[in-house]
Amino acid sequence: MSAFNAIGENVERDRNEYTPGLEPQPTWCPGCGDFGVLKALKGAAAELGLSPEEMLVTTGIGCSGKLNSYFESYGFHTIHGRSLPIARAAKLANPGLTVVAAGGDGDGYGIGGNHFMHTARENHDFTYIVFNNEIFGLTKGQTSPTSPKGHKSKTQPHGSAKQPLRPLSMSLNSGASYVARTAAVNPNQAKDIIVEAIQHDGFSHVDFLTQCPTWNKDAKQYVPYIDINESEDYDIDITDRKSAADMMFETEDALHEGTVLTGRYYHDADRPSYQQEKQQIGEMPEEPLAERYFDEDYEWERTHDLFLDKHK
Amino acid sequence: MTNDELIWRIAGGSGDGIASTSQNFAKALMRSGLHVFTHRHYPSRIRGGHTYTEIRASADPVKSRGDGYNFLLALGDSFARNPQENAYYGNEEIKPLSENLDELREGGVIIYDSGLLDASEIEDFDERVEENNWHVYDLDLRTMAREHGREVMRNTAGVGATCALAGIDTEWIEELMEDAMPEKILEPNLEILHEAYDMVSEDYDVDAHDVKVPEGEHDEEQVLLSGSDAIAYGSLDEGCRFIAGYPMTPWTEVFTIMSQNLPEVGGISEQVEDEIAAAALAIGASHAGVKAMSGSSGGGFALMSEPLGLAEMTETPVVLVEAMRAGPSTGMPTKPEQGDLEHVLYTSQGDSHRVVFAPSGAEEAYRQTRQAFKIAYEYQIPAIVLYDQKNGGELQNIPASVFDEEPNGDLGSVLSEEELAEASHDASGKFNRFQHDVEDGVSPRSIPGQKGGRYLATGNEHMPAGHIAEDPDNRVFQVNRRMQKLEAIRAELDGSDVPNNTHYGPEDADYGLMTFGSQQGTVEEAVDRLNERGHSVKALGVSEMAPFPVDQVSEFLESVDECLVVEMNASAQFRGLTQKEVGRFGEKMSSLLKYNGNPFEPEDITEGFVTSIVEDGELSSHETKFVPAASD
Ligand SMILES: Cc1ncc(C[n+]2csc(CCOP(=O)(O)OP(=O)(O)O)c2C)c(N)n1
Ligand code: SF4
Ligand SMILES: [Mg+2]
Repeated sequence: MSAFNAIGENVERDRNEYTPGLEPQPTWCPGCGDFGVLKALKGAAAELGLSPEEMLVTTGIGCSGKLNSYFESYGFHTIHGRSLPIARAAKLANPGLTVVAAGGDGDGYGIGGNHFMHTARENHDFTYIVFNNEIFGLTKGQTSPTSPKGHKSKTQPHGSAKQPLRPLSMSLNSGASYVARTAAVNPNQAKDIIVEAIQHDGFSHVDFLTQCPTWNKDAKQYVPYIDINESEDYDIDITDRKSAADMMFETEDALHEGTVLTGRYYHDADRPSYQQEKQQIGEMPEEPLAERYFDEDYEWERTHDLFLDKHK
Repeated sequence: MTNDELIWRIAGGSGDGIASTSQNFAKALMRSGLHVFTHRHYPSRIRGGHTYTEIRASADPVKSRGDGYNFLLALGDSFARNPQENAYYGNEEIKPLSENLDELREGGVIIYDSGLLDASEIEDFDERVEENNWHVYDLDLRTMAREHGREVMRNTAGVGATCALAGIDTEWIEELMEDAMPEKILEPNLEILHEAYDMVSEDYDVDAHDVKVPEGEHDEEQVLLSGSDAIAYGSLDEGCRFIAGYPMTPWTEVFTIMSQNLPEVGGISEQVEDEIAAAALAIGASHAGVKAMSGSSGGGFALMSEPLGLAEMTETPVVLVEAMRAGPSTGMPTKPEQGDLEHVLYTSQGDSHRVVFAPSGAEEAYRQTRQAFKIAYEYQIPAIVLYDQKNGGELQNIPASVFDEEPNGDLGSVLSEEELAEASHDASGKFNRFQHDVEDGVSPRSIPGQKGGRYLATGNEHMPAGHIAEDPDNRVFQVNRRMQKLEAIRAELDGSDVPNNTHYGPEDADYGLMTFGSQQGTVEEAVDRLNERGHSVKALGVSEMAPFPVDQVSEFLESVDECLVVEMNASAQFRGLTQKEVGRFGEKMSSLLKYNGNPFEPEDITEGFVTSIVEDGELSSHETKFVPAASD
């Protein structure tokens, strides 16, 4: 018998079940793209029939980090840049959970960049949504790792001298097995992509363009957007690394020239997830570890019986 | 100088197999009925560089290294480079002999490998031998090893010769070699052992000196292990099944032992990208319902600072271990120091609330690690086990029965789904995981995946169901509740069956010595010697760094005229903590400090005590430093 009966209930869900019945109401600014992520995640969770209590949503710090304040589920609002290592361990501890990690572009590509690279490389089985508004929202509009070159802010008064980071290319090169970009202004695509990302067995990374009308007024609202998988002008094979890499590169450049490209870029359905790799070599139990602590019949191993002989 | 103990030092190049040879030798002596204690010295280089291990063996319990030693086996540094050129490495090869003479006691024995070392290269060697009445045996161990097997078996030849000269029955050594060595190398090693033994017995007068192994007997089965072993075993016996880490000396030992043993008990070990991730993973695993740990040494622990605060704020149980080494910064990676006490007590922003244990030896390390887990999970608070390169690495014998304890897989203050159904929820159905009025300040938690348990964990200040809030009333409630846990923990520690803080010596003594962590055994030995020499001294070895045992320490300080606080750092951190916590007795406490990279030896302490406290004089040694009491 499981101690976690919210897991695998598989009943019909309404998207409103993920809206807290009480305060807090979202405090994001009117017109903020973050609303779009919240909405898409609710839609995806309902479509997948997920119980709010089999979901763990971990977030970093930023306007984006408030996602789990406004989404009804188990949540862990961590510290700046660290939503990924927390998510990784929770998933290893209890693979039955549906884990979604989320945070801003500063949070995930800047201060938490090392974790991003390694989580992708290891192919942990969960979804990472990056609210990419190309700016530090919460701290009032400083230049972020994805802000375009020349971007002016109070801390970059003469405009940023740095090339923006290429989030999609970095993700692919690091080893993510599902990579997509969507935008708050495109709710249907966003929901569908999050559904796919959650269903994917492995690390799925969604770069989510979220406009920040408050601090990034100059930036476009990410309209009009083009879906590269639908448009006849673009040709991509999302199962092919090279094809994906080329399209990602083009997409990253295009954004700063005013063309918003979105869609699925890469999907490797065959690569085993980290959990599977670890079980394969005998370094992770088949039964979720978390269950063991609720199993009253479990016979806990003892040093005295197992490890002491070599010291005698 | 007592000769009722054998202190055997084996010296060579690091990479020469000193560690395994000395470990086997120590185990053999333990099996023969003796108490043993090993001290190892090594440089940071993997290969090359002079290193030694010292084994002190006695019929009585030994808790510290000795002062000096009485038997040297100098193998020669076979990995030294450019020995002829006197270039960058200088003449390294001779160092295992030349560098170890200063501490060899009068009347001591020297065996050196004449196949590699030429004693005439050492200035005044013969004069020093004569002056100190040393007994020198130059044996061509290298050739002996080559003839029967391979050159690396020189160690075995040296051990055989040691047995002949110190009167050790080779049977104990043979038995161990049989346990430890594969067939192929066992045969030649046994041959070498015997050949060396016979050769020395026949060709030399083995009774020309009086450095002999004592005889002893244990009344129960013993095991030989280190503080690192004990910390790992304590964790495993508490049901810890998840560790995340990043290598750093000397913490790597605990990480390695855990990583090797966890798969066998269905646990998970993760080597991750950095220590921020390591601590965060441990927190994530614990949040999801697994007993978890992480750890590091000073620099890596600094990176854990922010996650540590997150664990405090979200009340996520976690155990972190911190293996101190000499700092600041990279410091001296393989040298012990106790300079991170304040670091682990106060790092991370805001009012810290955490539990810190500083065990002395292996037995305390096992018990206190277990207690750290119990308290962490019961009170939902981070607990830290603070140790150092010294007690982490020293091998000592303790009774096997220490480990004959029930394992504990209890997850602490957690509700089941049935209990959650009855528990307090807010109007939107969120579980009130952080309630205001709860016993001992502990508000039980739920685990993700449980029905009826959803809540938000956040590093921001929060309401009972986890909502982020800056409401002043709630703030005060939550702070008070979190701090209240420390009082409850203090009360629980005061009631422990096995005390963590150790009194030693005559209760009515006039003077006190106080220390923490790894120096306790050495301080106790100093207490014995001082009392033998007519002084009136007792000691208190403190392990509970936070919450601090204010009453117990106050009582101790009250009972003595003066107290010398002994610690391995330059700024008297433990004395400072004591003063801050007890708030008085500043005029009674002076400090004896050592921070040259070597732990205290008993005579450092006896001399420091006599010179500074009894005679009010100046310390002659530049190795230790006396800092007078506040009013002096
Ligand atoms: C260690 C640390 N450094 C800095 C901060 C301050 N800080 C909070 S959020 C943030 C950046 C937010 O930008 P982003 O991650 O893009 O999130 P957004 O607000 O745009 O959603 C910063 C610098 C912090 N909380 N912690
Ligand atoms: S500051 Fe920008 S990112 Fe933050 S809530 Fe307002 S609009 Fe959204
Ligand atoms: Mg941002």
